[in-house]
Amino acid sequence: MTTIATASRIPIDGPIETPWKLPYRGTIGMACLIIAESAIFIIFVVAYIYYIGKSLSGPTPAQVLELPIFGTICLLSSSIFVHNAVSSLRKDNRRGCTLNLAITVLLGLIFLATTAREWYHLIHDEGLTIKTNLFGTTYYSLVGLHATHVVVGLIMLTLVLGISLTGHVKEEHSEKLEVLSLYWHFVDAVWVVVFLVVYVLGR
Amino acid sequence: MTTTPVLEAIDETQETQGKQPLNVIYEWLTTVDHKKIGLMYIVYALIFLVIGGFEAILMRIQLAIPNNHFVSPQVFNQLFTMHGTTMVFFMGMPILFGMGNYLVPLMIGARDMAFPRLNAFSFWISAFAGLLLYFSYIGGSGLYAAGSAPDVGWFAYAPLTSKVFSPGHSTDYWTLAVFLSGIGSIGTALNIVTTILCMRCKGMKMSRMPLLPWLYLVMSCLVFVAVSPLTAAQVMLTLDRYLGAHFFDTQAGGSAILWMHFFWIFGHPEVYVLVLPAFAFANEIIPVFSRKAMFGYPAMVAASVSIGFISLSVWAHHMFTAGLGPAGNTFFVFATMVISVPTGIKIFNWLATIWGGKIIFAVPMMFMIGFLFQFLIAGLTGIMLSAAPFDWQLSASYFVVAHFHYVLVGAIVFSLFSAFYYWYPKVTGKMMSETLGKWHFWLFLIGFHLTFDFMHVPGILGMPRRIYTYEAGRGWDTLNFIIGIGAIFQAAGTLVLVYNMIHSYYKGKDAGHDPWDAWTLEWSVPSPPPSYNFAIEPTVNSRRPLWDIKHPEDPDSDYES
Repeated sequence: MTTIATASRIPIDGPIETPWKLPYRGTIGMACLIIAESAIFIIFVVAYIYYIGKSLSGPTPAQVLELPIFGTICLLSSSIFVHNAVSSLRKDNRRGCTLNLAITVLLGLIFLATTAREWYHLIHDEGLTIKTNLFGTTYYSLVGLHATHVVVGLIMLTLVLGISLTGHVKEEHSEKLEVLSLYWHFVDAVWVVVFLVVYVLGR
Repeated sequence: MTTTPVLEAIDETQETQGKQPLNVIYEWLTTVDHKKIGLMYIVYALIFLVIGGFEAILMRIQLAIPNNHFVSPQVFNQLFTMHGTTMVFFMGMPILFGMGNYLVPLMIGARDMAFPRLNAFSFWISAFAGLLLYFSYIGGSGLYAAGSAPDVGWFAYAPLTSKVFSPGHSTDYWTLAVFLSGIGSIGTALNIVTTILCMRCKGMKMSRMPLLPWLYLVMSCLVFVAVSPLTAAQVMLTLDRYLGAHFFDTQAGGSAILWMHFFWIFGHPEVYVLVLPAFAFANEIIPVFSRKAMFGYPAMVAASVSIGFISLSVWAHHMFTAGLGPAGNTFFVFATMVISVPTGIKIFNWLATIWGGKIIFAVPMMFMIGFLFQFLIAGLTGIMLSAAPFDWQLSASYFVVAHFHYVLVGAIVFSLFSAFYYWYPKVTGKMMSETLGKWHFWLFLIGFHLTFDFMHVPGILGMPRRIYTYEAGRGWDTLNFIIGIGAIFQAAGTLVLVYNMIHSYYKGKDAGHDPWDAWTLEWSVPSPPPSYNFAIEPTVNSRRPLWDIKHPEDPDSDYES
């Protein structure tokens, strides 16, 4: 093999093109995570849909499920508030940001509480557990997976809220907060699918 | 266009301060440098290559003669499960991610990955997953009886994995190990995509990016949509086994076919996750050793992206015999056959690159030529198997085993070996021995063809896969003996490679920056590259920036729109 010595030179100022701007890595990273998470949710949703009406024993969804209208309204509206938090921060309105974050966390907690209440009712009053039948299996795993994502989102939002309360969240962090808000929007969007599949289609 | 000497400067300052072993170990354990993490991936994968290869040899010894009792049936089941799982999750994926980790930032002119700490996390969780899988060998019924290693096959079909058929914890080790390695893979894929989209150096538009990062981009996107379903399915299986859920419990109305779907929604694209990096190496190595620019760059990119998409719609060709019905089978037959179109484009473009080139038969190019031939044959048997009626005859026979080993070993491993010889000088600063490399090539080539060419025949003669032993006089005896000999040749070739790597590290001749007279950015920095890769972030004007420097009178940028 011929070995050819070459200069260790590379052009460092070639002709300047349009300003060299690449996307923010946080946004792209979060977009990738959302794609991967969506694939996970799709598998659970497919399993749910596939097993609708295939349980060999009761209870059936029609007997025990109620539409969680209140929780849904809380969760979906929280998306608006987290969006407001980001846009307030962009305008360097830190108080507005903190306030909107607090409302987001509160609404998320209310949603979690409604899910907890629903599960308590199903387990204690209706005797439906993950072992009971295919409905229980798919219901608890799909809704539980979503609830896990809500918990993770709430932990991150609460952290930011805490930092924000001490006054350390500034305008230059708005891009990072936006990345977090993307996650929260994703959690909300998944809830729309879960709601439609579990509570509308599945009943 | 002015040029400035780059590098040389930051070389010494970043190196380890003391030479005490503890310091060195500490540095490697805590590193977030993409090159070190890439190397750790590769070393870890090579260890598993040896382990997985050893398991294969044990299986071939068991099958070499009829009515053999070299290992017990239980151990045999564990061997093929561990061999498959190890080779796919703990050898194939890590080694390709390792190569990507090392090369992608260098080739796009970045100083590190987009998320260096996530990168370290992904590596360590994958490494932990591999240890967890092999930890299952300890305990249970002890080492000689091979402990409680998983014995459900790397596909883990339901209901074999239910508590009734698989008591104990072997399946749980398998599930957790695969789950964790999935987390690591998704993390690394996320990192690679973000690095490629957000960290390219000035002037490196997507249309100027070398083909290796392009293929890693497609491969990583495929990981999101392929590995995530597997992760979800592992969660379901764990829920079944630990909390008494019924996803795959046929006694409670669950479906075993659903597991097959979920597994192969992962399992088929996984083949492309593994083969796209192999294509990536070919795209870099073939042009350099043909002394020509890659033929049909846009077509190669388009073909790679379409392979990514089509591969998502072919999974059920693994399930033709499961009873999907004529409509389902027809769809998956055609979807599978369509994938040969972009693959054919790739093969023709490689041939067109070689055509009329000034070919240099160094070891990397020899492996690449092996890759081209064997990948072609693998594709041809793939077309045979994608025809449902043919598949009904040969499903779960050794023909299938021969086919996918042709892809995995004949294409991917050959391409990988080629990449080893090609980039070893960059990684260590030393050339690998050409003589030993040729020994490795011929031993491995002969072994490969002895094993996998002959393996098609017992398949056609009706020998099922996964059988523990067989009666004499069915016409399989001699063939299986030859297959066993081939396996030993391959093992010998691999040991020559390992010896060559270690020997050349100490005794090899210095490589310099650019031993192959190549054209991409990684050859512009010293070998081995310093911690921050580029002292000054480069600017590129074409797909072959180093060509432009070496031939200022005839730069590529004049020809690229």
